[in-house]
Amino acid sequence: MKIVVCVSHVPDTATKINVGSDGKTIDQNGVTYVVNPYDEFAIEEALKTKEKSGGEVVIVSVGTDKNKDTIRKALAMGADSAVLLKDENYRDSFAVAKALAEEIKAQDARIIFFGKQSVDYDNSITGQMTAEMLGYNCVTVVVRLEIDGDKVTAEREIEGGKEVVETSLPVVITAQKGLNEPRYASLKGIMQAKKKKIEEKDAAAADNNLEIVKMFKPAPKAPGKIVGEDVSAVPELVRLLREEAKVI
Amino acid sequence: MGKVLVFVEQRNNVVKKASYEAVTAAKKFGEVEAVCTGANVEGLDALAGYGATKVTHLKSADFENYTPSGYAKAFADYAKDSGAEVVLFSNTAMGKDLAPRVAVKLNAGLAVDVVSFNGDGVEATAVRPVYAGKALVEVKVNSAVKVYTLRPNTFAAETDGSKGDVNVVEVSDVDLGSKVVEIKKSEGKLDVAEADVIVSGGRGLKGPEHFNLVEALADSLGAAVGASRAVVDAGWRPHSEQVGQTGKTVSPSLYVAVGISGAIQHLAGMRSSKYIVAINKDKDAPIFQVADYGIVADAFEILPELTNEIKKIKAE
Repeated sequence: MKIVVCVSHVPDTATKINVGSDGKTIDQNGVTYVVNPYDEFAIEEALKTKEKSGGEVVIVSVGTDKNKDTIRKALAMGADSAVLLKDENYRDSFAVAKALAEEIKAQDARIIFFGKQSVDYDNSITGQMTAEMLGYNCVTVVVRLEIDGDKVTAEREIEGGKEVVETSLPVVITAQKGLNEPRYASLKGIMQAKKKKIEEKDAAAADNNLEIVKMFKPAPKAPGKIVGEDVSAVPELVRLLREEAKVI
Repeated sequence: MGKVLVFVEQRNNVVKKASYEAVTAAKKFGEVEAVCTGANVEGLDALAGYGATKVTHLKSADFENYTPSGYAKAFADYAKDSGAEVVLFSNTAMGKDLAPRVAVKLNAGLAVDVVSFNGDGVEATAVRPVYAGKALVEVKVNSAVKVYTLRPNTFAAETDGSKGDVNVVEVSDVDLGSKVVEIKKSEGKLDVAEADVIVSGGRGLKGPEHFNLVEALADSLGAAVGASRAVVDAGWRPHSEQVGQTGKTVSPSLYVAVGISGAIQHLAGMRSSKYIVAINKDKDAPIFQVADYGIVADAFEILPELTNEIKKIKAE
């Protein structure tokens, strides 16, 4: 059985973001890219699922040659093979999901993992869209997962708690931090990853529904007020919160 | 002006505050219909006061708990029949889960986590944060049907207090392909994603045992407890409390950062709070660049006194 993990290649969260000269995307100067942090939990869960029930873990990513860095890292962690669905142009989540759904259908995979969101556009929607296009079940923001035969029990994070969802294969799971502790790639894994094949093909054609009109930075905040440097500042702080900000 | 459908979210048959915000915001698109999936939801008549000209309760005993497949199908089927051009959700755990499913069913473009709209009617463009708020984008949805999720605590909920009729539609063929069988509540805790006031602690607290000081202040303010990534990674606090780029993005009325230096990932997740208070002994900490009010001092010195002062006021 094939287990597919969909991964994205994103700017490191410690990176400063500036708007590029086109006014619609980020300035690539000095930006380092990493495996999307939530995808690491997805890769780990796929590897654990394989260790328990057998199968083959296939990494799928939509993008350019640059995505190969992220794909290699997933392979080094222990994934078996990878497919890069190439497209040089910007795709919205809908168009990314279309390409992924086509590939997952071709792979005939019944367990699909995503990170719960990519930390670039922060959409948190590609997993659900892909599932919907495939007619698969889907549980998002998962922090605990059990797959027993065709039966799937997953805990997902909600406001103030968790909800336990029961469903069945085929299923798309989007991984939240806390689902597991992603393994580090071993030296052996890194060496082996270099030999593993990354299949390349054109991403299935799809139209974008979402057009970026412009990108801009949030307005800088006016400098705040240092109320004081010891405990004597407390009454003044409380007065300001009450009378000026009116928040307490 | 077009027709706009708002997905009204309920938990335990009670409408969530974010849905009142969404109904109020929906008026700018045209004629508003509020649609709620549930078993026996109370208070739907009040949605008229927020601006809904029609309120529909999609009703089934199977809707008592959330079912992703069931809610998505029932709501999308209804939306298709209604001829809505705009569909709004709240950007909550349920809204985020549902909106993309519904968008695909409606072959619609989706813009999530919207914080404002430019213009009125169906041609309005949406503004939303990306890179956890380090930047924003203005987006235009080009499909015939447009779906948006609205960030909670960002749009005002306004009612004239009037009540209206509720149109009840019994749903018989519920798709139970996936369903919630149990809800595990975190013991009596307010979630940072929903809180109007948040008190967050960071490494300046020096150890998990000192978070009782943060909790005491939070209690006095009726606030949720948040945490920086550093203390979550160190295992002092659960991930559900983490504010920032790999945690939750929040915009409460008041955000109190205690012993948090203000790493770029953290600032990204809380800078849109209406008022920010920083307590940190390092006067050069980046948190002071976004703070409205700062106290440069040791958290251990300030917290007990601040908690006392707040308690005094609340008792008045």
